[in-house]
Amino acid sequence: MKVITAVKRVVDYNVKVRVKADGSGVDIGNVKMSMNPFDEIAVEAATRLKEAGTASEVIAVSCGLTQSQETLRTALAIGADRGVLVETDAELQPLAVAKLLKAVVEKEQPQLVILGKQAIDDDAGQTGQLLAALLDWPQATFASNIEIKDGAAIVTREVDGGLEVLSLRLPAIVTADLRLNEPRYVTLPNIMKAKKKPIEVVKPSDFGIDPSPRLKTLKVVEPPVRKAGVMVPDVATLVAKLKIEAKVI
Amino acid sequence: MTTLVIAEHDNVQLKTSTLHTITAARLLANGVHVLVAGSCAQSVADTVSKVAGIDKVIFVDAPQFADGLAENVAAQVLSLASDYTHILFPATAAGKNTAPRVAAKLDASQISDVIAVESADTFQRPVYAGNAIATVQSDDPVKVATIRTTAFDAAQPNGGKATVETAAAVADSGLSSFIRREVATSDRPELTSARVVVSGGRGLGSKENFALLDPLAAKLGASVGASRAAVDSGFAPNDWQVGQTGKIVAPELYVAVGISGAIQHLAGMKDSKVIVAVNKDADAPIFSVADYGLVGDLFEILPALTQSL
Repeated sequence: MKVITAVKRVVDYNVKVRVKADGSGVDIGNVKMSMNPFDEIAVEAATRLKEAGTASEVIAVSCGLTQSQETLRTALAIGADRGVLVETDAELQPLAVAKLLKAVVEKEQPQLVILGKQAIDDDAGQTGQLLAALLDWPQATFASNIEIKDGAAIVTREVDGGLEVLSLRLPAIVTADLRLNEPRYVTLPNIMKAKKKPIEVVKPSDFGIDPSPRLKTLKVVEPPVRKAGVMVPDVATLVAKLKIEAKVI
Repeated sequence: MTTLVIAEHDNVQLKTSTLHTITAARLLANGVHVLVAGSCAQSVADTVSKVAGIDKVIFVDAPQFADGLAENVAAQVLSLASDYTHILFPATAAGKNTAPRVAAKLDASQISDVIAVESADTFQRPVYAGNAIATVQSDDPVKVATIRTTAFDAAQPNGGKATVETAAAVADSGLSSFIRREVATSDRPELTSARVVVSGGRGLGSKENFALLDPLAAKLGASVGASRAAVDSGFAPNDWQVGQTGKIVAPELYVAVGISGAIQHLAGMKDSKVIVAVNKDADAPIFSVADYGLVGDLFEILPALTQSL
């Protein structure tokens, strides 16, 4: 079976972004960009399905700027067989991405699509579920284990208070949580091999989809800054402060 | 204008996340209806009907809602959606799972993790792990949003007397089925609603050492949380994770032990009322948000602190 995995190019998780002075957004010029960490877990999961003989082909898909090809190369270096870039300069919101992914899914006909549970830039956490609904497919979000058997995906999900296990009829959508796997370290030979793997570039207009943002961002500001408090010399002083000053114990 | 709030529950008890979401709903529109979709969940519907400030409970009781499967719950919400201008879910694992399925079918751009309601179409939400706050406006006819529970007070659970109206259940989608649940049983309060949270980080060094937090948590009546580093290292389960991609907490008192304070962790706890940090590194970023900082060896400080309470 074919597996699609969706990857997003985001500001690297180690970068502390700055809000632009005019309140129009955050300054992402000249900052390090990387693959969204949860998408890396998704690509690793798809790759392991292929290595186990469950998946026949892994296709990595990204939507966005030309530079997203670099993100696709990383996915190819982890183990995806080929890439598809839906190239656009538009500011992409989750609903538009889901519509674009749906078009790619309809063309490629995979049995499973694995995405990260959340992108660390917009923190929306919607794309997988939106895609599942648009396709009328079942979904399992926040996955920590995936097993394919008898035409179904048996997925363990991280939920509040513990775990739950669902059975999804294939084709299905899964979104990856932190503990699904630990993505492999990408080796130089694999980076070199990835350069030879094909990336197909398509446009939203090829699918007749308008990717324009719908939610209007009126302004972006810094969050209120929490002031640092005081350092205390010992446990006794700490307990006294908590009791008398803060009155929380 | 009427808002539909989707109640979160386990068929027996209403989750407090629902009460916080109801408060957000009351800031929006004239009317507030609450959907209770469950199986043998009459007690939940009765509980909701007593919550102050709501006008109607819509109760749907059928076996296909027993386990909160997103496909079925979303279909039920969609069957009612035409009566509403806003549909709100708590931004919990359950709400985040289901809300986008509703938004997609309504062709609405969901607003995730709302922290403030400015008007019926304008909301604030954090982006980049809370390092920026975006004000967004939606012109969708039905606005679908998830509500960050720590940003809104809980609605009064008593004093209301809303009518409970039964609605017809949509059929089981047949797309997914529930197999089993492994819920950790604990005497401790639930992490996101605890008055005190004691959290441990990589500084604790091992799973065994992580248990050193237990006596302190017991003394404080606290829930136990963890940094992503501690979860990654296998010291603590993932559902204890506090941070951008874990739980968002805002207790009265947050005690961070051996946590350096990566921005992703701060995103999950910096709205706590009082923050205490214990760390051996005086330059750790956690001290920049702590009300009270104590530099030293946590293996000496933890027992001493527990003893002196």
